[in-house]
Amino acid sequence: MIFMNHTKSFKGGVHPQEQKELTENLSFEVMPNPKQLIIPLTQHLGKPAKPVVKKGSEVKTGEIIAEQDGFISAPVHSPVSGKVSKITVGSTVTGFPKDAIVIESNDVNDIVLMPSLDPGKVSPEEIRERVKLAGIVGQGGAAFPTYVKLSPPADKKIEIVIINGCECEPYLTRDYRYMVERTNDLIIGLRLIMKAVGVNKGAIGIENNKPEAINKLKEAVKNYPDISIEVLETKYPQGAEKMLIKAVTGKEVPPGKLPFDVGAVIQNIGTAIAIYDAVVKGEPQLTAALTVSGLGINQPKNLIVRVGTPLADLLDYCGGVKESAVKVVVGGPMMGVAQYDFSAPVMKATSGILVLTENEINDHEETPCLRCGKCVDVCPLNLIPTKLARLSSLEKFEDAEQLGITVCMECGTCTYTCPANLPLVQWIRFGKQRVMALQRERESA
Amino acid sequence: METTTVNPTYKLELTSSPHVHSRWSTKQAMWFVVIALIPALISAVIFFGQYQLLIILTSVVFCIGTEYLIKKIRKRKVTVTDGSAVITGLLLGLILPPNFSLSSTAIGAVFAIAVGKEIFGGLGYNIFNPALVGRAFLQAAFPVAITTWTKPNFAVDTVTSATPLAAYKFDKVFTSIQPMFFGNIGGSLGETSALAILIGGIFLIAVGVVNYRVPLAMILGMILFAGIFWVIDPVKYPNPLFQIFAGGFLFGTFFMATDWVTSPITSKGMWIFGLGIALLVVVIRIFGGLPEGVMYAILIMNSVVPIINRYTYPKIFGEAK
Repeated sequence: MIFMNHTKSFKGGVHPQEQKELTENLSFEVMPNPKQLIIPLTQHLGKPAKPVVKKGSEVKTGEIIAEQDGFISAPVHSPVSGKVSKITVGSTVTGFPKDAIVIESNDVNDIVLMPSLDPGKVSPEEIRERVKLAGIVGQGGAAFPTYVKLSPPADKKIEIVIINGCECEPYLTRDYRYMVERTNDLIIGLRLIMKAVGVNKGAIGIENNKPEAINKLKEAVKNYPDISIEVLETKYPQGAEKMLIKAVTGKEVPPGKLPFDVGAVIQNIGTAIAIYDAVVKGEPQLTAALTVSGLGINQPKNLIVRVGTPLADLLDYCGGVKESAVKVVVGGPMMGVAQYDFSAPVMKATSGILVLTENEINDHEETPCLRCGKCVDVCPLNLIPTKLARLSSLEKFEDAEQLGITVCMECGTCTYTCPANLPLVQWIRFGKQRVMALQRERESA
Repeated sequence: METTTVNPTYKLELTSSPHVHSRWSTKQAMWFVVIALIPALISAVIFFGQYQLLIILTSVVFCIGTEYLIKKIRKRKVTVTDGSAVITGLLLGLILPPNFSLSSTAIGAVFAIAVGKEIFGGLGYNIFNPALVGRAFLQAAFPVAITTWTKPNFAVDTVTSATPLAAYKFDKVFTSIQPMFFGNIGGSLGETSALAILIGGIFLIAVGVVNYRVPLAMILGMILFAGIFWVIDPVKYPNPLFQIFAGGFLFGTFFMATDWVTSPITSKGMWIFGLGIALLVVVIRIFGGLPEGVMYAILIMNSVVPIINRYTYPKIFGEAK
């Protein structure tokens, strides 16, 4: 707006109702192990893991049940002790059915840990190897195998590791709870990442709506002059990689490039904690920390649950769903995925489950585009959403490509804002898929 | 309280993200504009009498009726509840001269909706501001009636029935700013009181319906372009403040040029659009045959909005400068 804002930020963005008050003051609760767990072999971006167990195999907590297959892949461990009852195709929260190992848990507490490493003495190679073996994937949503991100190409000069503590999605308070409850572990996690990529500059980007976490973090980094706590404006999508880098370093990641290209490595809060657990405690990624919230759930909670826990068990544990619920979303309300099958399990990167009511969704009648320009104003990447959506709906994909449709990160601020309630990002998503298909065709021709 | 989760009676929505929406809706924005026009409406009644309400009512009724009829004939969904026809009716009524004939008002209203809006496909597709299209038609059809001004109610001897712009154009008489600010001058119904317009305009900017860029560009543009002439010859040319407060400039600034549909969608485009209008207003007022030029200035700039949009797309995030 007209007035100068001195808080670090980016241009555009929106302020959805935060709704964090539903869960922000609730400590993590550990959910008891479910009877049956469904563990998909694809919980990460890349090639599915290869099963190393068979139907009937007895498994222990922490044992590898499927191994990494290829460079961009991640192993999967058994989150409980029990018996493999089948290997089958099961629903997942992404909407695509995937191969999964089904385990009946037996309540025996025999955990297989890796040896604990001293965070002060561990070498960069050891950290990477441990992160790889522990099957850690990015907790920000894309679930990219973390060890790949810790292995930047030799020609890229990395200057800074930024931990994404924005948690700009409404409702979610998982990262916030981690920052408050495990502040020191988080800092050690960050230092391990800094060591792994060989930089001596770290930062934690956090929105200014989390004063308690900011204070704790500032206190915790007092003796670490190489780590700064960057307080950022509370605005969606502050936690998008490109927006975060812009706010913290002032640099813009060019279209089609990665954070590597501007010398930055970005990791989520949950990832830094998982790295701490893997290195210091020797624990592979067996659990997911998540927020169960929304006005449609009886008891909102912040939970630590076993990977593979079916959504149904989780919702029951939180007191069940109210009759006013109209939508169940995995992830945040801006970028999450609506669910239809509650046998789908929690995965390593699952950050939240929201049960939303009519009132929260605030849907209303669709009208023609009024050319108000609000979508242009809020688009953090400076695209023209109304034009891109229209071109996509007319299947004019080459024109959409010219106007940068592939740059869109699908944050949804345009659709959120649109007074005409047009499905802008939905059309853009469709157009982007088609443009990318065209590009692949062109490349192979 | 329900405690089972997988209840087959639930109808869950499965649309893709985002799953929440802002409070904005077309309807809400339209009704905000209607609210913002109330001060101007009141000033019209205060300065020109209750009869003026009949003009505005006629305009609104015929705008709604025309839209309803056309949608029915074309077998389209009737959209009059979105409030846009009400706005066109109010806007047209407020830019007509006091005591204008009701039958002519009705003709203008029908023309505004039918030709200004519906032949393009209705709301969102029109190129020109419908109310200004109606006004332009009336100007051509009834050139005498539409420039016949009535003295305002509290007129003292020094106030003539001529508008400040006509007084300047034809008699080289400058009206002082104070009556122009409050509205005790000759002019169209809603255009005389700068105070009433500013209240409505600032309300619209504050609630976020109007983007500040277009009004700011118009006012800064007026200061700049009128200022250049004034500096050259302060006796011959009116000062920028007079230019801003005279005629339909402020009303056009806050209620006409800011029409979502007929103004640019890009930030840079909004600046160009506003500055362009200000430049045209100054040129028409100083060199044109008519004393006032806001209507034509906005209509002309409306026509180039698609081009402005096309050449002002912002640089994509991260692209080389």
